[in-house]
Amino acid sequence: MKVPVSWMKEYVDIEISLDELADRLTMAGNEVESIDRTGWIDNVVVGRVQSVRPHPDADRLSLVTVDHGDGEADVVCGAPNVAEGQKIAYASIGAVLFDAYADEPSKTRKLKRSKIRGVVSNGMVCSVRELGIGDDHEGILVLDEGARVGTPIGELIGESILDIELTPNRPDCLGIVGVARDVAAITGNPLREPDTTYESTGPDVNSLASVGIADPDLCPRYTASVIEGVKIGPSPKWLQERLLALGERPINSIVDITNFVMFELGQPLHAFDLDKVVDRKVIVRRARAGEQLVTLDDRERKLGDEMLLIADPERGIGLAGVMGGANTEISETTTTVFLESATFHGVNNRQTARALELSSQATLRFEKGLRSGLSEVGLRRATKLILEIAGGTAASGIIDVYPGAGEEQQSIELNRDHIKKILGFEFEKSVVETTLKSLGFDFRERDFGWQVDIPYWRPDVSIPEDLVEELARIIGYDNIPTTTLSGRPPKWQPQPAMQLRRRVTDVLVGAGMRETISYSATTAAGEARVTLPDDTGVGVGLRNPVSADFAVMRRTLREAILSTVASNSRTWRGPIAVFEAGSVFLKYGEGLPEERQMVTGAFAGPRNDLHWDDSGDTSDFYDAKGALEATLDDLGITAVFEPVEDGTFAPGRTAIVRVPGANNLAVGIVGEVSDDVFSLFDAEVESVAMFELDLAVCLKVVQGADNSDGSGKFTEFVRLPASHRDLSLVVDSGVTVGQIVEIAGRNRIVTSATVFDVFEGKGVPEGKKAIAIRLVYQSPNKTLTADQVGKIEQQTLKQLANELGAELRV
Amino acid sequence: MPTTQSSESVEKLKADATRALRAADSAEQLEAWRVEYLGRKGRLTSVLRALGSLEIKERKAVGAAANRLRTELESLFDERLLQAKSNTAPAGSIDITLPGRKSGSGGLHPSTQMIREITQAFNEMGFQTIEGPEIELERYNFDLLNIPADHPARDQWDTIWVDSDSRSDVLLRTHTSPMQARVMENTDPPIRVVVPGKCYRYESTDATHEWHFNQVEGLAVDEGITFADLKGTLYEFARRIFGPSRKVRFRCDYFPFVEPGVEMSVDWNGEWIEILGAGMVHPKVLKNVGYDSDKYTGFAFGMGPERISMLQNDISDIRHFFRNDLRFLTQF
Repeated sequence: MKVPVSWMKEYVDIEISLDELADRLTMAGNEVESIDRTGWIDNVVVGRVQSVRPHPDADRLSLVTVDHGDGEADVVCGAPNVAEGQKIAYASIGAVLFDAYADEPSKTRKLKRSKIRGVVSNGMVCSVRELGIGDDHEGILVLDEGARVGTPIGELIGESILDIELTPNRPDCLGIVGVARDVAAITGNPLREPDTTYESTGPDVNSLASVGIADPDLCPRYTASVIEGVKIGPSPKWLQERLLALGERPINSIVDITNFVMFELGQPLHAFDLDKVVDRKVIVRRARAGEQLVTLDDRERKLGDEMLLIADPERGIGLAGVMGGANTEISETTTTVFLESATFHGVNNRQTARALELSSQATLRFEKGLRSGLSEVGLRRATKLILEIAGGTAASGIIDVYPGAGEEQQSIELNRDHIKKILGFEFEKSVVETTLKSLGFDFRERDFGWQVDIPYWRPDVSIPEDLVEELARIIGYDNIPTTTLSGRPPKWQPQPAMQLRRRVTDVLVGAGMRETISYSATTAAGEARVTLPDDTGVGVGLRNPVSADFAVMRRTLREAILSTVASNSRTWRGPIAVFEAGSVFLKYGEGLPEERQMVTGAFAGPRNDLHWDDSGDTSDFYDAKGALEATLDDLGITAVFEPVEDGTFAPGRTAIVRVPGANNLAVGIVGEVSDDVFSLFDAEVESVAMFELDLAVCLKVVQGADNSDGSGKFTEFVRLPASHRDLSLVVDSGVTVGQIVEIAGRNRIVTSATVFDVFEGKGVPEGKKAIAIRLVYQSPNKTLTADQVGKIEQQTLKQLANELGAELRV
Repeated sequence: MPTTQSSESVEKLKADATRALRAADSAEQLEAWRVEYLGRKGRLTSVLRALGSLEIKERKAVGAAANRLRTELESLFDERLLQAKSNTAPAGSIDITLPGRKSGSGGLHPSTQMIREITQAFNEMGFQTIEGPEIELERYNFDLLNIPADHPARDQWDTIWVDSDSRSDVLLRTHTSPMQARVMENTDPPIRVVVPGKCYRYESTDATHEWHFNQVEGLAVDEGITFADLKGTLYEFARRIFGPSRKVRFRCDYFPFVEPGVEMSVDWNGEWIEILGAGMVHPKVLKNVGYDSDKYTGFAFGMGPERISMLQNDISDIRHFFRNDLRFLTQF
């Protein structure tokens, strides 16, 4: 909402600076986004045209001598309307003016001394467009005769416009008077409401026209007046300037007045040429489906049966509160004006405007839900101005069809205790009463506090809390005391899923991984690059995605994490170790979809940053597995890794992670991504290892864990010494370390079996591999002798030989 | 010019000193050099002391040259001393300037870091962190929050709707506020919760707008909670996040689910920057979830962690947050 300050000053005095005013309006809820100043241009002053002579070499130009208060200047001028004795805006050399010939209206240029057709011009006589206060460039701006020569031009034409970001609850501030009322309340200055009184000398209005409302649900009130004998012409200068300041083009006096009153009071109005209304009968009704109307912009509109039409007995003559019809438009020949000031249903009005893509200043106001009380005020104000400006006589009385009458007046009990209950402190009685009064609320004092009548212009105030806000915002939120919460703290509720995710996140960060957050939506084709888990069900499609790239909600994090790896591989030469913990959206059916928490991570590129003591190896399966193991360890989940086939991963290089202690539930998967899949991501690294953990299953495992056997608790460590023996074995290549460790660990005296080297190649027969393993022997109740250890070792070797064909390497 | 004869020239001093410094190669010799040239009775000091006897113009020139020489000699001396020490390093010394072995350089996403910072500040004030669904029903996202369908106030939340044949009331939550209604529906007062999570808006993206972002919601409901408590709690929050000396202001704003409504801004280099929206829970919202609005009052607030992170880290483009470029992420 743009509020020219000079206009607002008609209704309230403003003694404080504009910056302070803007600040205080902002604090009270009407945020002033900017103060736009127009017409304040340096080096432009009031001048007087001393003489006008023809240019020797150009018929259309004249030579003008201007008195600018600090001497005289000779200027070449092309305006046809320049004349001796005029007061004009004189720009001296150096003034920065708007470029009247530029396509971009805000473009400026600095005025230089120049020769025009051989004659030097010492400055310029300015047009409205050059001063940036309007479009006109046909002639120069002629100022009032009384203007004092030498006065900076800003003092005459300068305007400051407050650009206010209105909140949706304040339709009253869509009229300048509404903002002025807030200013009055803030500053304590009185409000001067616009004059709405006029003399009606014509015949009874009901003898000139009639109004019927067929659909009162969409039109709670319709007021109208009739003015006969008007003369249509351009508006007076002051009125045109008011509209121009808001960027509105003046049309004719009648239309300009309806616009003026809309900006002044917030009530949209429409004027019809009554002689063109069939039978002088106005009917407010829903349009018939397919009914057509040519609107003021000369476009034929096809109407829907929920659109509210202003009609005469034969045809539509206007779209209620959206745009008038061309058939009853005010023209130069109009002599009888039918002036409409009505209240239309906000939501309906908005839907009509949206359907026809006809967003107007009127809809902007109606859609907020205007109160019926405003229509009569607006009608009387506009009628008064028409009589003053366009002449004619007003019919006596007004037409007032008011099906919604009686529902309007609101009265609210404002309880003293209630103010305290909400704000935490009490205002003094005088503060409450002064504030209410300054905002135009009538009230009566009662035992409990005040009975407050809500004026028609504040439809947003409907409960005591609204009144409390009125008090608080005018007094200033900063003036309300500050306390800390007291009272009972609530009971803590466990949030296991969230805590689990946080714990996993922290472990992975500790393991050197970087957390990422991707968009939750993707494309069906993008997601199809990876395989989805079996139970994803129907995904969630979006009716109005922001772009085709985000058409469906994701059902996996695999695509996101591989995309992250791929995009970084093009720009990042260090290790790529990334994971994401977030929701995927599954099984969309009757209710809301399942939002399953997943964690997916990937390793690609070098294992470590370039370092003097690092081999520079590329990360692989075991990096992903290690991160996963660290996570499972932290959660206390004992899992096994089994070979598995999964379309995303390379066969033979992938493991599913199962928990034997929990019905063999699969908590996740880890593997190297297959070349076929990874090549679809256009990465600049060769390979990527990825793991995925289903946090929902992990939670089930963790919560269902049976710790009655003491697992997960502290076990007293054995203080007796342990023996370490290293064995080097040769086995078939197909034998897994897991098999060897399982056999080596069978004897309960063996407390750990750790493989510390795996080797194939030179010195090892073809088809075989060498494995180095360290066994730790320890008895809980005695120190083992070398013989005892040797015996167990022989047993173990025999088992390894029998079951796996393992030979001791010598 | 007789006055200059009493002190040696700066040029000669420089030549002598550098030659002598090159010759000194033990810590002892270096110390002796320092005493001779830079010491309190050293040769350079003498030159400076003798300045008083010079004419003003010459005094300035010589003084400046002598001071330059002092700086130069001091740094040369430090260098030589370091060399001398390493020459006499103990047997088995290692190069301590080689980089150490680091175990990984992982890190949380900046949004997560900010969410944790924000929620922790409130956790310490007795607010528990909870989470809620990102795909929501219109009922929770709008209706229960006093934002009726077709109300112009809904324009503040451009909505992405879920496609479905069977129903038209499923959407991507436009804010974390639906959790206000969900919590109150399921719990009796007292309530103090903070709710972080992703939100979505039907919005075209640019440097300051993103359709996909995080919010942190807060809600406190009980008997006797007041606007003054709201101010106190949020002041304390601002102190923790922005430091104790940051100026904070509260102004009137409008959100359909609170009354009175509040915007909190902080002073950022002389400009007020909006940090959060807040207000006293609207009585209609309390009634909608079955609370006795005569008995209970409360306040709610909501903020964008990415916006706060942008402010604190000088990030000018919000789109960095979800593009996962390691050149961005590794800076946090």
